[in-house]
Amino acid sequence: MRWLFLLSLFLLLPVWAIDPTEVMADPKDQAMYETITQEVRCLVCQNQTIANSTAPLAADLRREIRRMIEEGQSEAEIKTFLVERYGDFVLYKPLFRKWNLVLWLGPIVLLLIGLVALSLIVRRRTKLPINEDAP
Amino acid sequence: MKLKFFLPALIFAGLVVVFFLGLFRDPTLVESPFIGKPAPEFDLPSLYNPEKRITKNDLLGQVTLVNVWASWCPGCAREHDMLLRIAQEGRLPILGFNWKDEAQPAKKWLQKRGDPYMDIAVDRDNVTGIDWGVYGAPETFLLDAQGIIRYKLIGPMTLEIWEQEFVPRIRAAQDANSNSAEDNS
Repeated sequence: MRWLFLLSLFLLLPVWAIDPTEVMADPKDQAMYETITQEVRCLVCQNQTIANSTAPLAADLRREIRRMIEEGQSEAEIKTFLVERYGDFVLYKPLFRKWNLVLWLGPIVLLLIGLVALSLIVRRRTKLPINEDAP
Repeated sequence: MKLKFFLPALIFAGLVVVFFLGLFRDPTLVESPFIGKPAPEFDLPSLYNPEKRITKNDLLGQVTLVNVWASWCPGCAREHDMLLRIAQEGRLPILGFNWKDEAQPAKKWLQKRGDPYMDIAVDRDNVTGIDWGVYGAPETFLLDAQGIIRYKLIGPMTLEIWEQEFVPRIRAAQDANSNSAEDNS
């Protein structure tokens, strides 16, 4: 019986939500609030989002984001607001602009370089005479 | 021909150097995107006289420091003697920015340790703090006479940081200011 009780406690784990604030009236607002807070880094505890951090700063940022949503600001506006104040590092998914383009496009550029190099090498090798004596 | 062979090894060595240097950087020091930009406007009550409002206008016309602190903050206790020394030197005024704190402990704290500030703006609920990109205490901003942020220190002020990072920038900002004042007269 005691085991059953302890086990049932584990089922309660999801109830330990960080954010004590009420669900927003408009479900669309609430969805936006959840998306944004899950993409914003808590700068005090850098490997957490502000959605899952108990740091007071995270709570303040959640409050500000909620206020901005209530004021009708768009997701892009809110993210720009945060980046202007806390830098690109505050977003887990960096904005597509300026030096961040290196992050976004760098892998594609490297892949293209690799493909070009590969095709050059393959083409050159196919032109080589076939050496029948090769072991 | 030889270069071609060694190129991958060279690139690898380059990456090793980059990553090795990265090991010694402090990831908690996030560079402020504010450097070189005007400080955000604010309008906050003064700690000793809540009727009085402190605004950005109070900072214009001279080079100033804005020091973010709180009585609960151990780093602030560590830097406090340094701030007192700076205040005594009289090179420039320091505005205290009492952040996420309560009036009583804040006043007590200053009584006990001394008060280096020309005035103290109170931001209990971290509204202006967010606007200023504050994410911890202590933080110290250097503002020039036009209210543009010239430098931001995250963490406690030390003599070394003061002399290396602040003093040269303060001199430059004050020289620029006195030059423009002469032009205007």
